[in-house]
Parts: sequence; structure tokens; C-alpha cells
Amino acid sequence: MTTTAPKTARTAGTAGTAGDRTRGRSILLTSSLAIVLAAVAIPFYWLMIASTHSSDDIFDSPPPLLPGGHLGDNLSALQESAGFGRVILNSLLIATLYTVCAAAVCTLAGYAFAKYRFKGREALFGLLMLGLVIPSQVTLVPLFKMMAQLQWLDTYQAVIMPNLALPFGIFLMRQSMAALPDELLDSGRMDGCGELRLFWKVVLPPMKPGLAALAIFLFLYQWNDFVWPLIVLRDGASFTIPVALASLQGIDNTDYGAILAGTSIAAIPMAIVFLALQRHFVSGLLAGAVKE
Amino acid sequence: MTATLTEVDKDGPPTAPARTARRPWQGRRLAPYLFVLPAIALFATFKLYPIAWSFVLSLHKTVDGVDTYVGADNYTRLLDDPLFWTALKNTAVILVVQVPLMLALATGLAVALNSTLLRGRSVFRLGFFMPMVTGLVAYGLIFSVLLNKEYGLLNWLLSGIGVDAVPWLTDPLWAKLSLGLALTWHYTGYNAVILLARLQTIPGELYDAASVDGAGAWASFRHVTLPGLRPALLLTTVLSTIGTLQIFDEPYILTGGGPDNATLTIGVYLYQNAFTYFDFGYASAIAYALAVLIGILGVIQFRVLGDKP
Repeated sequence: MTTTAPKTARTAGTAGTAGDRTRGRSILLTSSLAIVLAAVAIPFYWLMIASTHSSDDIFDSPPPLLPGGHLGDNLSALQESAGFGRVILNSLLIATLYTVCAAAVCTLAGYAFAKYRFKGREALFGLLMLGLVIPSQVTLVPLFKMMAQLQWLDTYQAVIMPNLALPFGIFLMRQSMAALPDELLDSGRMDGCGELRLFWKVVLPPMKPGLAALAIFLFLYQWNDFVWPLIVLRDGASFTIPVALASLQGIDNTDYGAILAGTSIAAIPMAIVFLALQRHFVSGLLAGAVKE
Repeated sequence: MTATLTEVDKDGPPTAPARTARRPWQGRRLAPYLFVLPAIALFATFKLYPIAWSFVLSLHKTVDGVDTYVGADNYTRLLDDPLFWTALKNTAVILVVQVPLMLALATGLAVALNSTLLRGRSVFRLGFFMPMVTGLVAYGLIFSVLLNKEYGLLNWLLSGIGVDAVPWLTDPLWAKLSLGLALTWHYTGYNAVILLARLQTIPGELYDAASVDGAGAWASFRHVTLPGLRPALLLTTVLSTIGTLQIFDEPYILTGGGPDNATLTIGVYLYQNAFTYFDFGYASAIAYALAVLIGILGVIQFRVLGDKP
């Protein structure tokens, strides 16, 4: 309704003042929100700038506000001090493996909770949702002891396994699956589909947006996770990016140029993935999350 | 329990009508259990079992790696521990001050993002969601350098308009404020996007009807927008409360709980006891106290906000 107002104002001179007022308010709103957005974006901008400067330059007065020529040096410093190539590979492999496995676990469970009636359904779902309210710190110590007993320290599975049945992922999938019409499933069954084939051939294809949202969420979660990897990864060669960055910050003469270059490596690919898939992500996440 | 039983009976009649129909019915009865099995098995092994183990730990005292049973000692110690009360107070301040402010901000942002007057809506939506994509270590590092008292960008910008260097992370009061600032920067956009999605489901006719009745912008916000947002407000309030009570990452990276314990939260205190003092028993008692607190607040919020209008 209001969107068309400026257009009418341009074509029909009589509506001029009302259209001008609408346009004025539109400009006011857009520009004030742009200022807020700039405040949000400054840390990102500064991060990228700082990645291209040496540690000394970053703390200069005035601080550098334009790109410098130090990016290559920072990256090779990262490779030298932390074996960052290996670290990036670890992060990529762990996040990918985790995403695939956790998506399978969460989707299957979410589907069962949404589309089947079975004895103990409410109790089992309630049990899983307990995981949302129990602070994760409760399990850190016993889990660490468990991983040590299994001799899993410094392995990928130590990072991946404990969080595969992610309560939020299961919740999200149950919510998205609930929107699937029962008639679709029934007609699949009429055609003689077994339950597993039904899931694969009938349920999954229309769930693609929800699955994309889940996958991005899981990948982000694992890529950024810090405390648990910090506890189970002891050897520098098994570090993920956040653990490696935190370990670099602790040492004397911290090389902030290198650390911030590493931080860019951690943050920028995620931003790009998110930008590319955001349509799926936001709609899929919200289709599930905001229901009565 | 009985309710679930009758539901099952309705769904799969015990006397299958035809012989050929029996097999699919049985598959349909077994399938959900097979589908939830991996999730339940993993959850039981890596969540429930450690939770129970942690409770056992909370009844023990660890001295030189040897556990001794001490009953409820860890819990009584909690009540007399001034640091625990400091942590509780700091966490409560964040909960009472930062969360409502952030949610008000997020609501305003969502309304602005939903306005047809706004140009380039999708760019804004993305921009405000971006901080959520940044991991805690990355964003902790960025903020700790930006807020540095002597060399930070923020103080340099402020000096440009004649403001003296602000001790963002080194003064007790400012450190609390910085923590709130960092939290707001990280989570406001995320909450706004949740609220926005709900906002888009409010039928436009309701606003038309309101304006026919002579309602101004504020009145239609109060009587149409807010009631419509109720479920999403409940969701964001509960999520923020749970998140805040468990808060650990941000104070850990930014201030380490300091200065002078001004940003010591329950989460940080718990971590210190577990992995700095290796007092696993006491840390577990703190964790259980925290879980009870989260449970109580959750129930209250559902009571207050959950009623359908």
C-alpha cells in the first residue's frame, strides 16, 4: 500500500505533498537504520583492515583505517607459529563430518516426533528438551573423564560425538516436519512405500529449505564452538581454528596482526556461506521456531 | 502416560482389518522407535549419563585426585560463599538490565525492518544478523582490541570529540557496561529476526481496522503489534534468559570475570572451580544450583507470557 505512494506521487502531481511526506519518512527511517548498521559493521570492517597490518601498526595512533600490505606476512606467521593450514583443515573436516552426521540424527528424530504417534513420544521428547535447559557446563567434567577413558583425546570423534543429538536441531526439525501434510505420507503408504523409503523419497524432498537451515546452523555451531574442543584437543596438530587462535593470544609478545588475520579466516568464510544461503536459513529456521 | 496409550490405540488398531495391511502397520509402529534410537542413544550416553555422574560428583570432595563422599556439604558451602553470591548478583543484573533493553531494541528493529517505508530491507536484515555468525573467540578478540584503553579504536574515536580515555575493560562499572554492549551487539539482530518473522504473520487487515478506528501509530503498536508478537516474545525471552544464566564465553574472553569480580558470572565461577581449582564436586554443585534456577525462571515466564490472549 504505502510502497506505491512515492510512485503515484511521481506520476500524479495532485498527490504530491502526501507522497513527499512518505518519501521523507522513508529516507529518515532508512538513513537512521543505516547509521545503526554502520555501528554493527565497524568491528567487521576493522577486523579485515587489521588483518593486513603488522601488530605494531594496529596499535598506532591514529589506528590504521585502510588496508595495509602485511596480509601475506601475517598468514605466513600463522603457518609458522600454529601450523595454520593443518588447523584450517581440522576445522573444515570436523565441521563437515559433524554437520552430516548430526543432520541425519536430528532429522530422523524430528520426523518421528512430528509425524508418528507412539508410546512414550512425549516423555522421550521432553527428555531430549531437557538438554536445552541443563547448562552445558554440568557435563564438561564427566565428559572429559569419559573421553580420556576411551582414549579419544585429540581425535575428531571426541569433538563430534557428544553433540550429535543436538536438542535444538531435533526441536527445529520437529517443528518444520509438522508442516508436512499427513495426506502426502498416507498416499505414499498407499503406493506401498516402506517407512524408510517413505522418509527418503517423500518426506525429505519438500524439506530442503528446512534441511538447509539445519545444516547451516550445525556447521556454524561446530565451526565456532570453543570450550569443548579446547578441553579435548591438547596437541597443536589437532586444534581447530578457535582453539588455535586462543592459544596464540595467551603467549608473550602476542602477534595481533597474525591473530586477527586468523580471526578473519574464521569469520569471513562463514559470512559468505551465510550470505549465499541466507534465504533458506532465515526462512527455514523461522518456519520452525516461531509457532504458537 | 494413559493419554499417550489411548492415542496409540486410536492410531494403530490392534485388530488389523486385512491380512495384507498388517505388515505396513507393523512397520509403521516400529519405525518411529528406530528413527529416534540414534538420537536417544547418543543423548543418553553423552548427556544423561554425564549429568547423573555430575550429581554424584557434587556430593563428593576431591582432594589430590581422591574423591570423598561429603553429602550436601558442597551445597551448604554454596549458601555461605560470598563469591557465589557476587556471581549470582552479576548474572541477575545482566538478566534484569541487559535482556529487557536488548529485547526492546530488537522489537523496535523488527518493526523498522518490517516497515514498507524502509528501502533495501534484505540488506538490513542480513547486516543485523551478521554478528550472530561470528564465533565467540573471533568476536571476543575483536572487542578486546577495539576496547583497549590505550590503543583501542573506540577510545581513539572518542578522543576525536574530546572525551578522555574510557577504561572499558579495567573499571568495574565500565566492564559491566562493555559486557552488556558486546552481548547486545551479538544477539540483538538474532532476536530481531525471530520477532520479524512473527511480525510478518500479523494480518495487514488488523492494522487497517485499527486505523479505521482512529488508532495512531503508537496505539496500533500497543494493541495490534505487541499482542501479535506474544509467542515470539515468549520464545526470545526464554532463550535469552537461559543464555544469560549460562553466560560464560563473553566474560571469559573479554574480562576473565574481572576486574575485581565485577563481571564474574555463575558460568565463569563454575568454570574456574572446575578447571582452575579442579574442585569438580563444588563446580557440579554450582551447575545443579544453576539448572534449578533456570527451571524456576522458565516456569514463571511461561506462566506470565504464555497465556493465549
